[in-house]
Amino acid sequence: MKGAVTVESKRVLMTGNEAAAEAAIRAGCQCYFGYPITPQNELIAYMAKHMPAHGRVFIQAESELAAISMVFGASLAGARAMTSSSSPGISLKQEGISYLAGCQLPAVIINVQRGGPGLGNIDPAQGDYFQATKGGGHGDYHIIVLAPASVQEMHDMTFQAFDLADQYRIPVMILADGRVGQMMEPIRLQEGPAPIPPAKPWALTGAKGRAPQCIRSLFLEEGALEKHNLALQECYRRIAAADTKLEETHTADCEWLIAAWGTCGRIGKGAVQKARAQGIKAGLIRPLTLWPFPYERLARLGAQVKALLVVEMNCGQMLEDVRLAVNGATPVHFSGYPGGRVPTVSDVFNALTALVRQ
Amino acid sequence: MKTTKSGYRRPASLTKAPMHYCAGCGHSTAHKLLAEVLDELEISERTIGVAPVGCAVLAYFYLKCDIAEAAHGRTPAVATGIKRALPDRIVFSYQGDGDLAAIGLAETIHAANRGEQITVVFINNTVYGMTGGQMAPTTLVGQVTATSPSGRESATMGGPLRMCELLNTLDQPYYIERVALDSHAGVLATKKALRTAFQAQVEGRGYSFVEILSACPTYFHRSPLESLKFVGGEMAKQFPVRIFRKEGVALHA
Repeated sequence: MKGAVTVESKRVLMTGNEAAAEAAIRAGCQCYFGYPITPQNELIAYMAKHMPAHGRVFIQAESELAAISMVFGASLAGARAMTSSSSPGISLKQEGISYLAGCQLPAVIINVQRGGPGLGNIDPAQGDYFQATKGGGHGDYHIIVLAPASVQEMHDMTFQAFDLADQYRIPVMILADGRVGQMMEPIRLQEGPAPIPPAKPWALTGAKGRAPQCIRSLFLEEGALEKHNLALQECYRRIAAADTKLEETHTADCEWLIAAWGTCGRIGKGAVQKARAQGIKAGLIRPLTLWPFPYERLARLGAQVKALLVVEMNCGQMLEDVRLAVNGATPVHFSGYPGGRVPTVSDVFNALTALVRQ
Repeated sequence: MKTTKSGYRRPASLTKAPMHYCAGCGHSTAHKLLAEVLDELEISERTIGVAPVGCAVLAYFYLKCDIAEAAHGRTPAVATGIKRALPDRIVFSYQGDGDLAAIGLAETIHAANRGEQITVVFINNTVYGMTGGQMAPTTLVGQVTATSPSGRESATMGGPLRMCELLNTLDQPYYIERVALDSHAGVLATKKALRTAFQAQVEGRGYSFVEILSACPTYFHRSPLESLKFVGGEMAKQFPVRIFRKEGVALHA
């Protein structure tokens, strides 16, 4: 924790990238494999410095492909493993993420999003929602996707991600952005002993005292892949039922609902407060899990309000899930900021009041 | 090889599953030799293998040790993750020429360059077997494959990659040898090379790499016997059979 500024007894000032790295260490991450890319470089540098100091594994891999494959190897050997990157690098990691999903292996992947497509830019963006929540790689799978809006959430969600990954044997992605990653805020660190991971009898540790085991995603036997994929879907249903998480602000009586995630959710909250101060009955729904997505709660809120405003730093990605949830019951409007511009509270407030005036 | 009055015996680390490999294919011999080495070093219960994408993807049917399946070419990276997580286990990757020298070339070189404490078993048969005999990075110049129907032409397709020679330029590898499954002597030499490579890992000496020149009669479009001649002849001419690195010292730099 060298370099962090202690602002009061239990709070420290950190960037989101460092907060995520420290959370992983505190959650018992045994192996970290990364590759440099902006805007997540503080994370890999933090791990390079602190993982060896804790007697854990750090490798700067030769590529994102190699890094995620090393995660795959460490995970199948039973270790808590993590990698981090930003959008173009996450595209490369999709190969390994698909294999992790197919092999039902736990892993934590942090995406500190930047602009795209292609190299895009290095400004904050939310253009990877589709990629993160709809599979991303090849095949019929999902991963859990958590969306932090603050440095504290970057820390807490990364910490929780390891337990979720182990509990369901599934990759968990923290879908942050360059703003959350590079901003410094005072946070409270997760204290206490690292959580004890569940037993992993499926792990490949050598066949001493048991029959040899195999971890694979190739199912050539007739009907075997169908059975496997249906079992994955059953797991996804359990996750959706138990671990769909969201934050609501002033939704009890709201007539105008903002739906936004991550950084935009935080800005949306400011806009809601500003609207309330002017007598507009505004509310906010901020999904904390982008997958599983809170379709049911949004459907109920959709029936309650006059209109929804989806705000994202992209051209309309979560927008599609909101429309699916609301299913035509209420008009769904969109305010998008693609290309690295972070909206202000006034931007969102003005978009909302324009709706109210219509 | 355990020889009794009744002759050859199946190694304990080899299952009884009939192998899916074609007649005359080198994989089955390589598997048996690998199983014998696991037996002799008494390491099968603490060994984790990583199977490639290619003909050997089903290695877990045949080898009685824990086996993971890697994405195509990522095999040494997966082995790296396993070994770093479990440093007291024996970890090997088993890869074909496409997996190791084409799509996984970066992973191959960097695992070797970091001196990962793993053993890489490289089956070089100059063709992609599983997908139907396409050109591999080790296909000989002039060799006809499904994707070099007029023969590999070096001016536009490049020449065969010599992996032992390439890896021998690095500082970290401990042991690098090329052998050929072309004859009885070649089988014995292959066994010895595998044993040396695994022994190095058991002793924590460093990265070991064994390239095995191997027959693919189906895509050599030759009989098994003619294929063995091709391995020991044209292939061995392109890929010299020798020890390149011994105890960390380059012998043929």
